[in-house]
Amino acid sequence: MDILSSWMPNVIKNAALFPDAIMDTLIMLVVTGVVSFVIGLPLAVLVVITKPDGILPNKPVFWVLDKIINLFRAIPFVILIPMTFVLTRMIFHTTVGIKCAFVPLIIGTVPFVARQLESAMEEIPEGIIEASVSMGMSPWQIIGNVYLKQNIPGMVRGMTITLIATIGQIAVVGIIGAGGLGDLAIRFGWQRQMGDITLVVLVLLLIIISIIQAFGDWLVKKTTH
Amino acid sequence: MIQLEHVTKTFKTKDGIVHAVKDVSLNIKKGQIYGIIGFSGAGKSTLVRCMNLLERPDDGKVIFDGENLMEASPSELRKARAKMGMIFQHFNLLPAMTIYDNIALPLRLEKAPKEEIDRKVMELLTLIDLVERKDSYPSQLSGGQKQRVAIARALVNDPKVLLCDEATSALDPQTTQNILKLIAKINRERGITVVVITHEMFVVKEICDEVAVMDSGRVVEQGDIVPVFTNPVQEMTRNFIATASNENKVNELIKMNHPITQLKENQQLVRLRYDSTNTEDAMISRISRLYSIDCSIISGSVEIWKESPVGQLVTVFTGEEEQIRLAIDELKRNNIKVEVIKRGHIE
Repeated sequence: MDILSSWMPNVIKNAALFPDAIMDTLIMLVVTGVVSFVIGLPLAVLVVITKPDGILPNKPVFWVLDKIINLFRAIPFVILIPMTFVLTRMIFHTTVGIKCAFVPLIIGTVPFVARQLESAMEEIPEGIIEASVSMGMSPWQIIGNVYLKQNIPGMVRGMTITLIATIGQIAVVGIIGAGGLGDLAIRFGWQRQMGDITLVVLVLLLIIISIIQAFGDWLVKKTTH
Repeated sequence: MIQLEHVTKTFKTKDGIVHAVKDVSLNIKKGQIYGIIGFSGAGKSTLVRCMNLLERPDDGKVIFDGENLMEASPSELRKARAKMGMIFQHFNLLPAMTIYDNIALPLRLEKAPKEEIDRKVMELLTLIDLVERKDSYPSQLSGGQKQRVAIARALVNDPKVLLCDEATSALDPQTTQNILKLIAKINRERGITVVVITHEMFVVKEICDEVAVMDSGRVVEQGDIVPVFTNPVQEMTRNFIATASNENKVNELIKMNHPITQLKENQQLVRLRYDSTNTEDAMISRISRLYSIDCSIISGSVEIWKESPVGQLVTVFTGEEEQIRLAIDELKRNNIKVEVIKRGHIE
């Protein structure tokens, strides 16, 4: 203990901050991940089927969705946060705190999820879609039996990448008082020159990312036939 | 069973408009195995996709079992498609489903009762000899096994037609033979009309009753396979026959100016084609005797076309020009197709 407190005095002094920070990061990660998946998946399906060579081609729908997704993907996340203040205030009547972080986090992540899932569905060979049509499947049956089911490993890979990218964005929402490990690193590690806190935050983030990656890889293996 | 009337299909591409199918009319009769042959880019894959409207023709009629599919509603069209099984060059099995589930899928879409699904799937697994692999996934099977599964899947809801789009093109010769035998057996035992799209001559030769030869979007020649292939009218048909026999080897020899094709003044290089109606007579020795000409055979072959023997000989006739002419007339009178490939001349 003595050695520890001499090596990383600030970590020991502020140890009580860590459990909350870890919890906040994990809550933001899970909520953002789940909500973005729920919104991103139908968007991805809509983009895939309305493409010019999709099963229900629809130029206006495809064009609008494609452009909106690109637009939101182009906005740097730090700028997206103030941009969404109006919306955040409308929903929560404030712009600080963890719940307010969900608005930019979700808006920033949905287009990312949509693109990841879209490319997973695009990986399904055209011939399989053709075979499904030739079997007499309706568009709904093709979505349910083919697009949503035939490349689950690709979707898992996409979600793994998304969650890891989200960890980075969760660190950034610390600036609006959302808490979490990133917030700890900014306020203590950087602003108060407590380098040892930054180091421990980094190690913790690394552990979280490794767990996500390992779980993702396991799930890919399990769903690949 | 399937009638195409003046079917036309064009694609717009960056490089302009491509006429994939131009004014094609075909009549595929019930119970037939109908071959559509052409080199790649001839439009045959587009044509077969027009039959179940995977590609909607720009113009023309597609009549399946008396119903014009061009006028069918989306749900009527889906019902019609379910009655036309289709198999593909790359099998197109669903990778995340087991073999059993792949075959069961069309029945599940129709919400068939569980017992019926099980009975039919097991029956087909027996037919394709893959019962013990029913819980495997497609990636664990060989190409030939995958195609057998695809055939079972295409047959599970008792279709009237089986459309085969280059179904053997990705398989080795031995496996190709097995798949062709299976297709012929299905046609024979279940009375299912089969449409075979291929660029391989021997596939048509092996199983088809009728054939249509396609070239740049048009059907250039069609009919029963023996007359079409023993007496080809079109250049394209001849090209195909050449791919399946050693016929073009003679042309190669001529191109190389090989000694055996260097003819003397009194020689002619001749190709003879004959079928089952004239294989019995000893025609060569007869004309040799009657017209005092020498016949030296350069190459010869006999092939079986859907159970009829079709033969060809490439020979050099040596003798007086008038005698050779009379000999050729005699051969033609006996229904042997004669083609003079090259005449000897004075250098």
